[in-house]
Amino acid sequence: MLRYVAHRLLVMVPTLLAISVITFVIIQLPPGDFLSAQIAEMQAQGETLQQEKIEHLRQLYGLDQPLWIQYLSWLWGLLRGDLGWSFEYDRPVSEVIGDRIFLTLVVSCATVLFTWVIAFPIAVYSATHQYSWGDHGLTFLGFIGLATPNFVLALVLLYFANVWFGTSIGGLVDPQYLDQPMSFAKFLSVLEHLWIPVVIIGTSGTAAMIRRLRANLLDELQKPYVVTARAKGCPPGRTLIKYPLRMALNPFIADIGNLLPEFISGSALVSVVLSLPTTGPVLVRALQTQDMYLAGSFLMLEALLVVLGVLVSDILLAWLDPRIRFGGGQAR
Amino acid sequence: MTGLRARDREGVFEHWVDPAPFDPDEVDSAITAKQQRFYTASPWRLVWWRFRRHRLAVVSLVVLVFLYVSTLVTEFLAPYGPNTRHPQYINAPPQRIHLFHEGRLVGPFVYGYSYRLDRVTLRREYAPDPSKVQPLRFFCRGEPYRLLGIFPGDIHLICAGEQGTLFLLGTDRLGRDLLSRILHGARVSLTVGLLGISVSFVLGITLGGISGYYGGWVDNVIQRLIEVIRSFPTIPLWLSLSAAMPVTWDPLWVYFGITIILGLIDWTGLARAVRSKVLALREEEFAQAARLMGARPGRIIGRHLVPSFMSHLIASATLSIPGMILGETALSFLGLGVRAPMVSWGVLLNDAQNVNVVALYPWLLTPVVPVVMVVLAFNFLGDGLRDAADPYSGR
Repeated sequence: MLRYVAHRLLVMVPTLLAISVITFVIIQLPPGDFLSAQIAEMQAQGETLQQEKIEHLRQLYGLDQPLWIQYLSWLWGLLRGDLGWSFEYDRPVSEVIGDRIFLTLVVSCATVLFTWVIAFPIAVYSATHQYSWGDHGLTFLGFIGLATPNFVLALVLLYFANVWFGTSIGGLVDPQYLDQPMSFAKFLSVLEHLWIPVVIIGTSGTAAMIRRLRANLLDELQKPYVVTARAKGCPPGRTLIKYPLRMALNPFIADIGNLLPEFISGSALVSVVLSLPTTGPVLVRALQTQDMYLAGSFLMLEALLVVLGVLVSDILLAWLDPRIRFGGGQAR
Repeated sequence: MTGLRARDREGVFEHWVDPAPFDPDEVDSAITAKQQRFYTASPWRLVWWRFRRHRLAVVSLVVLVFLYVSTLVTEFLAPYGPNTRHPQYINAPPQRIHLFHEGRLVGPFVYGYSYRLDRVTLRREYAPDPSKVQPLRFFCRGEPYRLLGIFPGDIHLICAGEQGTLFLLGTDRLGRDLLSRILHGARVSLTVGLLGISVSFVLGITLGGISGYYGGWVDNVIQRLIEVIRSFPTIPLWLSLSAAMPVTWDPLWVYFGITIILGLIDWTGLARAVRSKVLALREEEFAQAARLMGARPGRIIGRHLVPSFMSHLIASATLSIPGMILGETALSFLGLGVRAPMVSWGVLLNDAQNVNVVALYPWLLTPVVPVVMVVLAFNFLGDGLRDAADPYSGR
């Protein structure tokens, strides 16, 4: 087990390095750099800039050095927790990100929990009552959940909340807690607001999870050991829980790795609509203004979250399922 | 040797042999013509037969074919051009088609608007005016257009009455007809998925095939690459890449750029599927035979291995088209996708970004309906194809 964890951790290092290279390339992709845009803007406002000042700024940001040196210094900064400078906010990126990345994590984890709680009973019902009306109805609902864009769901929910309750449900805390440090009262307020984005982001993931668990359970239910258990007089409920359900549970864990990127990207959109203080709106804003260090840091951190999520799910799977532990292969 | 000669030689041990000439096809001809047809059918025909049993998938296929064909004649179907403004009708609500006016059959017609400016809220308010009966005209001359940008014409399937208006789904903040815009938007929204999937198909088959066929360090590198790409949350990555496209680009280039971005990120799933199939199939006799006859790897992969699981690939490709359509919608919704004057369903939904707008003008959300419809149809179609993909399995 320890060897497996160590191996997985070791594999993570090159993966993260590659991710950082891709992120840096994306940061560099837009034509020109932030400075030239800034200079153009200053000139448009009538400010004349001396050549020396431009040169000074260039040197300050390291823009005059070759790309690979820029990359190395950026990477070195990353390792020390220095994420670079946000030109848009004129503050260090780590300050801008602050607890946004934490809130993204909270929303994502809550969504994973929500998905489990909802998908589990529905999938079990659907599989044990295959082709019943309930099964067809739930499958259809699941398809609708898969097909509706999240942000539209958010809009519709907002709209009805507006019409029925006359309230706006944007944000993740009550306004009075907005700039306060984390406290128990603020935590409760977050909990109160959390369910809306969680439900919205979770729908498509839940639908996918239901379909997968249902298919898995159906496969298991047709196996000979289930027939044997039944023939021995095992009551149906016990038969179900004792054997097939446990076998079909793997995707619950394995899917954390699949669901996490989906939820993070889903939350990016939904957060824009609901104006949640997660990473989404800042990322979009940063991309629109080409504040690339900020955008790159978000991308990097979100990818890091995903890699960690996959790691956790793989370790959990290996712990749960000896076939994976001893097979030495990848999960799934 | 005939029966007679056998008896001559042995005499005692008489042993009967059928004197009729031996016909090797005799046993096979015992099966019915229907079975014959089944046994000699090509794999694709078998796939089609099995696919036909999946009713929902067949219906979806018909709907999709219909939609795609309709994008060829969008200009004819839409009552107005996508960017035609009607300054007198800003955010006008949908007009309903009626048949009877005051109990008298008029045929399909709409009531004109009566317009009033609310002095307090400064809102333009439009209401149907029963005194203005505007019968619809069909196959009529209207706004001139160039079909697909080439053939000039001015015949429309349906137009407003003389001097009247026809906004069946209402208008937006610039007074543009929403129905016409949805019809025109279908062109971009529907083709984005197809073009994107072709990019990801080529990448997926090539890289997945190489990875599975060669194995070793090549396989390792490609697998790590796939892992890295999959670690990025898709929408932020799409957003970053499309934000990196220069603002000065022509909308058409932006559109192609987006399809390529969608494809560039989507190929990983396909490549994994191809790799696992190639891994399994490359040791089969037919692949070895091809190798022994001196076929190059490219030919073995492309000519022998890939066709044997093409149906699976098509099924999984179909299932990933909806993700691309939703992706384009999301990008354009955030204003980082397709740019004006191009129209896509996401661009239309961009108008509905604010909940106040949705509350006041709920018809601006109607572009969701075709999105959901197309995504559902592709999902059902993909399901049907997946079930039919392996015609030699049981059931």
